[in-house]
Amino acid sequence: MLSVRDIDVVLDGSPILDQTSLEVADSEIVAVLGPSGSGKSTLLRAIAGLVAIQSGDIYWDGQSILDIPTHKRGFGLMFQGFALFPHLTVGDNVAFGLEMSGHERISDEVAEALEWVGLPGFEDRSISGLSGGEQQRVALARTLAPRPRLVMLDEPLGSLDRNLRERLVADTRTILDQRGVTAVVVTHDREEAVALADRLAIMHAGSIVQTGRLSEILDDPADTWVREFIS
Amino acid sequence: MGLGDGRLRNRLRLGWVAVAAVPLLFIAYLFVYPVARILSIGLAELSLGSTGLEARLLRVGWFTVWQASASTALTLILAAPMTWAVSTYEFKGRRLATALVTVPFVLPTVVVGTAFVALGFRGSVWAILAAHVFFNVAVVVRTVSSLWSRIDPALLDAGRVLGASEWKVFRLVTLPLLKPAIAAAASIVFLFTFTSFGVVLILGGFQLATLEVEIYRQAVTLFDLPLAAALAIVQLLGVTGALYAYSRYQERRSVSWTLDSGTGRKRPAGRALTLVWLAVGSTLAILAAPIGVLVVRSGTADSYLRLVSDDPIAGSPIGSVGNSLLFAVISMTVAVVIGVMASAVITGRRGKLSRWFDLVLMLPLGTSAVTVGFGFIVALDWPVDIRATLWLVPLAHALVAVPFVVRSTVPTLRSIQPETREAARVLGASPWQVWRRIDLPIVSRAAFVGAGFAFVVSLGEFGATSFVARPNTATMPVMIFRLLERPGQASFGMAMALSVVLATLTAIVVLWLDRARVGDIGRF
Repeated sequence: MLSVRDIDVVLDGSPILDQTSLEVADSEIVAVLGPSGSGKSTLLRAIAGLVAIQSGDIYWDGQSILDIPTHKRGFGLMFQGFALFPHLTVGDNVAFGLEMSGHERISDEVAEALEWVGLPGFEDRSISGLSGGEQQRVALARTLAPRPRLVMLDEPLGSLDRNLRERLVADTRTILDQRGVTAVVVTHDREEAVALADRLAIMHAGSIVQTGRLSEILDDPADTWVREFIS
Repeated sequence: MGLGDGRLRNRLRLGWVAVAAVPLLFIAYLFVYPVARILSIGLAELSLGSTGLEARLLRVGWFTVWQASASTALTLILAAPMTWAVSTYEFKGRRLATALVTVPFVLPTVVVGTAFVALGFRGSVWAILAAHVFFNVAVVVRTVSSLWSRIDPALLDAGRVLGASEWKVFRLVTLPLLKPAIAAAASIVFLFTFTSFGVVLILGGFQLATLEVEIYRQAVTLFDLPLAAALAIVQLLGVTGALYAYSRYQERRSVSWTLDSGTGRKRPAGRALTLVWLAVGSTLAILAAPIGVLVVRSGTADSYLRLVSDDPIAGSPIGSVGNSLLFAVISMTVAVVIGVMASAVITGRRGKLSRWFDLVLMLPLGTSAVTVGFGFIVALDWPVDIRATLWLVPLAHALVAVPFVVRSTVPTLRSIQPETREAARVLGASPWQVWRRIDLPIVSRAAFVGAGFAFVVSLGEFGATSFVARPNTATMPVMIFRLLERPGQASFGMAMALSVVLATLTAIVVLWLDRARVGDIGRF
């Protein structure tokens, strides 16, 4: 279980996260929903250990993880632009995390991960030859393959065109559900958030202002900003 | 708070310091410290003011500036027709012509010197000027045409619509737009000819001495190190001035014009076609002449066979080929290791510090090879005397080659998105693994290109080598110079034959480099 408690993040002198708190139960998928610039991506980067936090704490199963460096946290993060390794094949991209954690039978695991995302046999393809939708799937496979204890997706479909998004939202949800993963999904799109997550966390100006199911938030918005943003 | 444990951060900082320390120590020991030694010796001599010093400095300094200015002006004039043709017209063989015009530029200076001797040009100012033009036409053609071909044709049409004749459009629109590129090209050519050493030494001898040649004469043949150091200071001042002018133009050049992507080239027809062929053909013919004469004349009187036999006075010519190849491999390896480490520091996003580091590493390229070689012989007896070791030549070559490696690897390292490294970290890669699995494989291709440059630089290097090479460590350029210095048709034949061997080796590596770089495009 992930627990973010009152964290502050300041980047280049401007506060990005302001007393942000978030709880994610085991096997739960939470969508952080907010306008661009509200600090969603920074929240994920703080959980991953990619940015330093000024105050507050982050716990996993009750233990603070602040002193654990990024590469030892055992989390998965899928980047907005996918950040696939341009010099490696599809297979080597997916194998990367498995190799780092010393898995055995890596090629079997890679084949299995590519099957989850509907790209069986893509191991030897080069990254530059992939379509946008294929890149998204490879990035998802690379994130899921090492079976991270927490999966974070940053605008997982944000850089794709509309038609493709609608198709991939359903696929992504199915893949996450089948793995039973604990996940935080960041998005600025309400439909996407509802389709991908069990619970929403509304983010505004660096803080989580309300959490709950869509119907709960619609029935009882915390303030006028939430009401206008969600409707 | 946050961002990993303190121990890891300390280790990271320690690692960064270690990686930065190696290239810094390299440049400090092999460049900054020797130049400081030259300065202290030279300033003492200048303040002593020995008799006739000023007159001599003035005479040599004046000739250096004069020949560099004349060479630059002549290069600009002779490069103009070719530049016009390849900038404004799209014709069959344009790319080939641009590639061919670059050939003289990559040839070792000693080869060019030998070629002009073979043409019968020796011992006159005109020989020096002609060789400098031969070398630098490519600089003007490439620098100016890269801007000229991107001038928006609509600007020229606007001029014509307003009633200007073709000549007026050129004079009032094109030429002012080209000014920054012409100025940049002129300052590079000036810098090259101001510091030109091998060509001037071979074609002018000590009678027509530039500062570089005079430093060599005082230091190596007359052993007057203080006077040589005083000359080197004057030389450093000149180079700094030229570099300063160049960087000013560079800055102004980066102001963007209304440029398009280079579709402004027309297909020539009628009279224009004739003029284009005349411009390109005559330029290439003039450039081909020295090389052609060198190759033809080298083939007579079994010069090539003589290379294999040991010469009692000059040493073994075939041995110099072995020396050159060995030193090229060593200096290439040193330059790549130092250069890649330096690039990692430069791109390690630390703002000001990295820019300063970048500048320090470029210094050996800006100053002259003669300063590097002279600095080695006055300074490298401390802390241990390494001047008698085999390392001296490859270290000098590596010092000159490091900037080439840095220039080819920095853009590639900069092109790696921060997210790419972050993705690796999230997937469990430690900082060291990120470097080994992400940065290193991506940079290795660029490092290969840098290595090729380093190899070519080492093969052709003459200025520094002429100071530090010992009889048994003569490289090909040094051997060619020794053969040229000896009277007799036989040694001259051998000098020509060895020049052809050196030019061929250089051409092979350059061709390979060219192909490697073309292959690079669109790979990532």
